[in-house]
Amino acid sequence: MQLWLIPILPLAGFLINGIFGRRFPKSLVNTVAIGSVVLSFLWVMKTIFAMGDLNTPHLEHYFTWIQSGTLNIGCDFLVDRLTIVMLLVVTGIGSLIHIYSIGYMAHEHGPNFGGYYRFFAYLNLFMFFMLVLVLGASFLLLFVGWEGVGLCSYLLIGFYFDKKFATDAGNKAFIVNRVGDFGFSLAMFLIFRNFGSLDFAEVFHKAPGATEQTLTLIGLLLMVGACGKSAQIPLYVWLPDAMAGPTPVSALIHAATMVTAGVYMTARSWVIFTHAPGAMDVIAVIGIATAFMAATIGVAQNDIKKVFAYSTVSQLGYMFVGIGSGAFSAGIYHLVTHAFFKALLFLGAGSVIHALSGEQDMRNMGGLRKKIPITFWTMVCAWVAISGIPPFSGFFSKDAILLAAYQHSPAIYWIGVFTAALTAFYVSRAMFMTFFGSYRGNAHPHESPAVMWAPLAVLAILSLVGGFAFPIPEFLKAMFPAFEEAENHMLMYISVFAGFAGIAVAYLMYVVKPGMADSLVQTFKAPYNLVYNKYFVDEIYSATVVRPLVGGSRIVLWKGVDAGLIDGIVNGVGARCRDVGSVLRLLQSGNIRSYATWVLFGSVALILAMGLFGGLPR
Amino acid sequence: MMNAVPISWFLTLSAVLFALGVAGFLFRRNIITVFMSIELMLNAVNLSFVTFSYQHKEVSGHLFTFFVMVVAAAEAAVGLAIILTVFKNRSTLNIDDVNSMKN
Repeated sequence: MQLWLIPILPLAGFLINGIFGRRFPKSLVNTVAIGSVVLSFLWVMKTIFAMGDLNTPHLEHYFTWIQSGTLNIGCDFLVDRLTIVMLLVVTGIGSLIHIYSIGYMAHEHGPNFGGYYRFFAYLNLFMFFMLVLVLGASFLLLFVGWEGVGLCSYLLIGFYFDKKFATDAGNKAFIVNRVGDFGFSLAMFLIFRNFGSLDFAEVFHKAPGATEQTLTLIGLLLMVGACGKSAQIPLYVWLPDAMAGPTPVSALIHAATMVTAGVYMTARSWVIFTHAPGAMDVIAVIGIATAFMAATIGVAQNDIKKVFAYSTVSQLGYMFVGIGSGAFSAGIYHLVTHAFFKALLFLGAGSVIHALSGEQDMRNMGGLRKKIPITFWTMVCAWVAISGIPPFSGFFSKDAILLAAYQHSPAIYWIGVFTAALTAFYVSRAMFMTFFGSYRGNAHPHESPAVMWAPLAVLAILSLVGGFAFPIPEFLKAMFPAFEEAENHMLMYISVFAGFAGIAVAYLMYVVKPGMADSLVQTFKAPYNLVYNKYFVDEIYSATVVRPLVGGSRIVLWKGVDAGLIDGIVNGVGARCRDVGSVLRLLQSGNIRSYATWVLFGSVALILAMGLFGGLPR
Repeated sequence: MMNAVPISWFLTLSAVLFALGVAGFLFRRNIITVFMSIELMLNAVNLSFVTFSYQHKEVSGHLFTFFVMVVAAAEAAVGLAIILTVFKNRSTLNIDDVNSMKN
């Protein structure tokens, strides 16, 4: 079915734009970049219709990539129901965000003039790697995509490379992800050691036969990888900083697709996890802790993109709660709906920032409801979706996760409900601060062009109807082990109530009594400072990990090993040669008669030696 | 008649001439004297060649003598030309003063 076309099209777009883009007019760059992704999307659609019966996975083998001893890794692409969901999300939302980027990046100039083609080339490269990640039929091919999207993430976070905070954020993302990738690599080694293969089919066929201890260890190491890529405690710190990149990048890579790769990978490895209940519990606990902690941080942020960044971390935590509770399809369900409404929130925020000529601080916004109505109404759709208001998309997926969590552990459920209320609160807060009240800034807001609001409108519709229009759990039923979701209307009412409560409190604090937030901050100064400063996690990491590492590298590795040992050896060899030479050069007096004397001594010594040892050697 | 002079005398003379040449080469400062010392060493070698050639009734010793004489003649031509040029440029024949290649 020519699956290879799906990733190759964006790769071709990357090569064309990357190599020749400098000389292309913007319209041609747009055509190549958007054309390649849309074609890829259409090819995904064609593939789905050509597959007919989706229950048998479709595998395509292209060539043997690595053949070494018993290690045999082919370049294989696999399509099953889970892959189809991911492919549609990646190419569909990817296409929309590519289109949006035309409008958003149109005004990019300054030191990045010429960055226009570079932006689209990177974006296409990202699509290529993300599709390899999703299509790969072995852990190693998944890892190729995994690393590739990390690279593109780094390149796009540091897109404004003339700004130090952007390059720092890029480095941070890359380095923190290395920690996770280390865990993932170890997991792959363990998998190969135990099952003798890295192919999904073979590994998952043999996995139930392994001991629980082994599977728990593999599961935990895979989770370390997922923690890095999907920004979970303790490796989430890179994602909020990643907002230094252009906003479409935040929407595509750091909200909708790349950061969900960890969720996809754990769901793909469900066989391993279902046989390792200990690892599942760890995932659920990490998920709920991340969801709660990030939500509390999101409450106190003033940068509109930071709010949504912590919201992303928090929602990814929900997905892992679903996975950890055994409701894999619920996790994927939330992945899809989250891709809709979070991409929309980010693109909407980008539209706001665009309208205000770069302003990101919500304290300088307000009253934009009338000035940029299309952006406002589309963002309202995302708002109700993420707050879990029925019947919009976020309600269905969050409810599925919370129900599963209740069956797993009521404590996780209650924290989840409270987090849902917090979620509704901070998104409402952002909406009220941005769109209600009176305008507090001094820019001249203007509505974004159609090329920007059209994707917003599509995403808005998806956010509204995505829950019931795409019943992902039904679609994925055949993929995952049966999960009996008890019908429990009480729990559903509670979570819906939590959503409404969050909105109501935010309405009270930011619209009815605008001074109330500030007085509350005064009353609860200590806890507010704690969350405002993100629990000082960056500072703690800096003191416990970064600085000892940098200091140790400086003193031991740089001053000690590099400057002391290696330079010492090299310089020492040179210095000894000089010493020997300075003695030998005394012979080279430049005086012919002294040379002649040496010749004489030499020949006398030779003749004496010949006399002593009886002539020439034969 | 030849038997009257033992072969060792020729070789001793050759060795003495060679030693004189070496001594002259090492201890004299005048380039021309040094040059003549070299010629003396060459001729000392020639003498031993001829002596051994006679002793062993072989002609190759003579042949080498001619080679050495050719080389010596060429050397004399080139060497004297160099000496002349050196004297023209530096107005000295002291070899210790001709050390501009040093350092």
